[in-house]
Amino acid sequence: MKHISITVNGDQHELLVEANWTLLETLRDHLRLTGTKEGCSNGNCGACTVMVNGRTANSCLVLAAEMDGNEITTIEGIASQGKLNPVQEAFIKDGALQCGFCTPGFIISATALLQRNPDPSEEEIRTRLAGNLCRCTGYDKIVMAVEDAAAMLRT
Amino acid sequence: MPDFDFAQPTSLNEALELFAADGEVRALVGGTDIVDQLKTGRRNADMVVDLKRIPELQRLEIEADGLHIGAARSLTDIAEFPVVLSDYKGLADSSVLVGSWQIQNRAGIGGNVCNAAPSGDTIPALLSHETSAIVASSSGRREIALSDFFAGPGQTVLQKDEILVELVLPPIPDDSASSYLRFIPRNEMDIAVVGAGSFLHLGSDGAVQKARIALASVAPTPVRARAAEGVLEGNVLSDELIETAAVAAVEAATPISDVRGSAEYRRELVKVLTRRTLGISRDRIVG
Ligand SMILES: Cc1cc2nc3c(=O)[nH]c(=O)nc-3n(C[C@H](O)[C@H](O)[C@H](O)COP(=O)(O)OP(=O)(O)OC[C@H]3O[C@@H](n4cnc5c(N)ncnc54)[C@H](O)[C@@H]3O)c2cc1C
Ligand code: FES
Ligand code: FES
Repeated sequence: MKHISITVNGDQHELLVEANWTLLETLRDHLRLTGTKEGCSNGNCGACTVMVNGRTANSCLVLAAEMDGNEITTIEGIASQGKLNPVQEAFIKDGALQCGFCTPGFIISATALLQRNPDPSEEEIRTRLAGNLCRCTGYDKIVMAVEDAAAMLRT
Repeated sequence: MPDFDFAQPTSLNEALELFAADGEVRALVGGTDIVDQLKTGRRNADMVVDLKRIPELQRLEIEADGLHIGAARSLTDIAEFPVVLSDYKGLADSSVLVGSWQIQNRAGIGGNVCNAAPSGDTIPALLSHETSAIVASSSGRREIALSDFFAGPGQTVLQKDEILVELVLPPIPDDSASSYLRFIPRNEMDIAVVGAGSFLHLGSDGAVQKARIALASVAPTPVRARAAEGVLEGNVLSDELIETAAVAAVEAATPISDVRGSAEYRRELVKVLTRRTLGISRDRIVG
């Protein structure tokens, strides 16, 4: 076992992890943060997207042992003090989800995008979200929600 | 995933000692290839060594002998580095094609190179810039031309105890530029059916002083299209010359037929993509 010290959604955790645990299984099975989803387990679907030190990553391809000293943000840390973030609000308002399985990953990716560029073009939204797959919506409402969230953030 | 030991060295010497040990020691940078390979049993490991915390492997800076990029530096950082955006555009083009944003945030350039996929997107761009690989083991360092680095699909000339430390891209002269493009059936998130990168340096008389062309997914390793380079060098660049070079580039291709495309289709793509990458590099010189 390896000892790691990580911050998840602002909370400090001291954990003993096996070298072969992914960050995804550590979050879901050991910290019980099940908002982050497991789809493909190989980097293709983006359902497992989290932020590591402010940058998005596929947590299914990250070893927990790599994370010592890092700050991780999951979907559970996106709302603050009971208030949804603008991306979450826009997803609800625009109906940008059906089954919802892809939604946590999309919200993390979209939040990271808007932190970097508060006014992205449709093309930039589609490119930056290309690592998140949705089997239900056809993407148009997701793109619309990100545009609306961007507008909310700018006002 | 099978079990293995894990180490996270913070100095190069510490890492090199780990690689000198017996057993299967595997480097990890972004993990975007190796983690899935370990999960599915395509590679095995007794020990996985995370190289990201070694300062030398995170370098990204210009020196008199060119651009130095540490093997662990992320593709996102490389694609956003001002000198890459101005002088090594082919590398910027290729870095933002690798997988998704999530992948580029974690993947290191050394991971793309050492994974040695025939389709590795940054490799043709690096080859067109005549990149050198600086490799090290506990018994010393050596420099290898990247064109001599690949031994087959997934295989490099690295010895068991060696790791890639950094890549060095020589300085570029005035009136030169590079570009990379690939063909995939969708817009993102697929590996190249064919990829083509080029570097062009034009003399004041409009003649091509130097041409470098490299291709992905057309042979067991990424390859230079030397015959096509020969067609261009010494001659005045024109659409006709580019077309002749594009036809000559097909000589370098020994593609296979697979789910992504037939060999014949790939040869046709080599022609089309070589023509286009040369056109883009030319336009970038002219500005
Ligand atoms: C969904 C998805 C899409 C992808 N799309 C693309 C694509 O479009 N184009 C593309 O080219 N690739 C693609 N890839 C493959 C992969 O993301 C890239 O090859 C990436 O650059 C690998 O970098 P890494 O740092 O994650 O490598 P790692 O997985 O950390 O390492 C890769 C290999 O290199 C070895 N290695 C790493 N660093 C060193 C070193 N310094 N010295 C010696 N050996 C070393 C490792 O042991 C391992 O065998 C994709 C992968 C996924 C999961
Ligand atoms: S579960 Fe990680 S990308 Fe699909
Ligand atoms: S809402 Fe079902 S996968 Fe996206």
